[in-house]
Amino acid sequence: MASSLPTLPRALPSSSSKPSSPLVPFRSSSLKFTTPTPFIPSSISISSRGASFVIPRATPASHGSGSTETLAKTTFHGLCFVLKDNIDTDQIIPADKATIFPSNQQERDEIASYALSGLPDSHTTRFVVPGEIKSKYSIIIAGENFGCGSSREHAPVCLGAAGAKAVVAQTYARIFFRNSVATGEVFPLESEVRVCDECTTGDTVTIELRDSGGLLTNHTTGKQYKLKAIGDAGPVIDAGGIFAYARKVGMIPSPSVA
Amino acid sequence: MASSVISSSPFLCKSAQKDLGFPKPSQISVHRCQKRAISRKIVSVMAPQRSSSATGSVKTGMTMTEKILAKAAEKSQVVPGDNIWVNVDVLMTHDVCGPGAFGIFKREFGEKAKVWDPEKIVVIPDHYIFTADKRANRNVDIMREHCREQNIKYFYDITDLGDFRANPDYKGVCHVALAQEGHCRPGEVLLGTDSHTCTAGAFGQFATGIGNTDAGFVLGTGKILLKVPPTMRFILDGEMPSYLQAKDLILQVSVLSLLQHLSPFTASELLTGPFGHKSEIIGEISVAGATYKTMEFSGTTIESLTMEERMTLCNMVVEAGGKNGVIPPDATTFNYVENRTSVPFEPVYSDGNASLYVELFLPLHVGLTYLLFSMFFQPHSPDNRALARECKDVKIDRVYIGSCTGGKTEDFMAAAKLFHAAGKQVKVPTFLVPATQKVWMDVYALPVPGAGGKTCAQIFKEAGCDTPTSPSCGACLGGPADTYARLNEPQVCVSTTNRNFPGRMGHKEGQIYLASPYTAAASALTGHVTDPREFLQ
Repeated sequence: MASSLPTLPRALPSSSSKPSSPLVPFRSSSLKFTTPTPFIPSSISISSRGASFVIPRATPASHGSGSTETLAKTTFHGLCFVLKDNIDTDQIIPADKATIFPSNQQERDEIASYALSGLPDSHTTRFVVPGEIKSKYSIIIAGENFGCGSSREHAPVCLGAAGAKAVVAQTYARIFFRNSVATGEVFPLESEVRVCDECTTGDTVTIELRDSGGLLTNHTTGKQYKLKAIGDAGPVIDAGGIFAYARKVGMIPSPSVA
Repeated sequence: MASSVISSSPFLCKSAQKDLGFPKPSQISVHRCQKRAISRKIVSVMAPQRSSSATGSVKTGMTMTEKILAKAAEKSQVVPGDNIWVNVDVLMTHDVCGPGAFGIFKREFGEKAKVWDPEKIVVIPDHYIFTADKRANRNVDIMREHCREQNIKYFYDITDLGDFRANPDYKGVCHVALAQEGHCRPGEVLLGTDSHTCTAGAFGQFATGIGNTDAGFVLGTGKILLKVPPTMRFILDGEMPSYLQAKDLILQVSVLSLLQHLSPFTASELLTGPFGHKSEIIGEISVAGATYKTMEFSGTTIESLTMEERMTLCNMVVEAGGKNGVIPPDATTFNYVENRTSVPFEPVYSDGNASLYVELFLPLHVGLTYLLFSMFFQPHSPDNRALARECKDVKIDRVYIGSCTGGKTEDFMAAAKLFHAAGKQVKVPTFLVPATQKVWMDVYALPVPGAGGKTCAQIFKEAGCDTPTSPSCGACLGGPADTYARLNEPQVCVSTTNRNFPGRMGHKEGQIYLASPYTAAASALTGHVTDPREFLQ
């Protein structure tokens, strides 16, 4: 399913609006899934969906067998960056950066360099080192209400552009969660306990996703934590996002070449 | 409707029954009806996640939100948890998210694709307007191009940034403009690429914020896939004290909704107002926030609110995590709407037997002028609790009156009323940012009741405030570096805006106290956080 995404006809944003820089598609092919989900991982419904779901890998190496089989399991591995509760969108990306229109690679790199730059100075460890574009942390661990505040998609976009692959939060603000799945920039996962109190920035972690949920392993502490199943987001992610899902269920016609 | 049922209900605590309509000093009670082992008439909690088919052919009562979504999905029945395709009546976007939304629309539907209905899309530049920032200006230009190409009927354009009055189409803050231009109607589904789109729920409609990708989908199809939210009902009864405003109410309600992980003791500490009044919380607070839920407001207090006050209330539902806020439409609503649009609408009301997630009764005793202290959304910080007790000693550097939350005509009227009553001059820079062109004109044209014919503008001038500036979102969210009234230094600001996370208005160490217009005005006069009762009685 993941590999079906690149075959959908894509219209590029009009280049006339930005004569000075070359445009690339809003989402590069190395991104995961492309579409919004209205489904939410409710704390009420944590039972397995039963169906396997597609989680395309963010790294190019995992792509491209060209098959349409769904992946029952996928893995994220890297250093984690730990945050606490109520990290709002202005901390993720300061509001004045919202003028950046991440439809071209140059501006995408720019917004990446500002990822989590809104954190107060008490956060001495920066997510993206000034002068860099990418973060060395590929997994963000957070507490309650991650992504609260604005509906601006710049929030999940900058995290993904900076190299974050997944967020493990206790709970999410709904618009941020929805936008994360919509843009495919970061995979929003929910923990069952307060993982953010037991991990430290710089710990090496692995996340393994399965149908029934996931497992977060902190190699630095040796502890493991269960992650909640993606729940209702499953069928939409399975299909490849809201646009693909809508076409699959016949809600919108298959795209014709414009 | 709701209040009459409540008063006869057996599960109301005795103290609440006694207090209905009889204000008692210094206490606001929250009654959790969830865990009482008494038979209940209205409230059933925790609507289980079941699909419509499980209920068979028996129709269950639905809440307002469920009814609006059911109708928009062309279904006779929905229950919380259902994922349904919903027809959208109005889609709003602005300068910051519009380019992204249209970009995605074109990418997915084709360069030559046409929007589903050019009369159902409202494009309102408002966020970063009066700035020299080239990218901000570019975004407005991009939207002009899209609107021209798609023949979008409602594009409130601005071309002359030097004089907002030279732009007849320009309105200003999107949520206020939507209401003023008659785009908010009971029973409809309104989506916007902005978190405060929930403001429109004041009109008895389903209104919520979405991201660019969802908006791109709606642009092409006129539909969106939504999960039906369960409803938290807040019943506010009693007369509003003269110094309290809707902003105080929603700050209080938001606090209650967010107190999910605090012990009752901590919770009551946080609710201590500036003069030491404590709020009593009866029973354990375990309301799991309003996240993903509808916040429905009713009761005699709500019925007494004007439309603008109702908008303020619903505006901050998102701050409590709510998916949407909603107020049953009544004569106040119909008067407002019918004066601004001739599009027919069909009001919708909750059934008496609707299932609710929880119902909270908030009889209005003597209320608190509520202040959300800086960095409130880190409730485990001990600093916050200390600040709450000592609020009245907090010295401030400036006051900001503006935004969709607190920059409407009535908000300025309230501030002017207090300034006039006080007859003094402000002690700190006081910035005034009318939300829309119309608000700006009202500030200059409308006489303030009880002020002998003076307008807001005259009163503000006499009080030493800054001249009301060009209408837009302004510094509520910081904005480009040259934005008027932006917090560029680590100062303390009392503001009528909606969020105060670190860096919200600009400087990361800036401290923002969210307050009502009365409280903001009172604080401007003393240079400290001040209860408006100092000047209003």
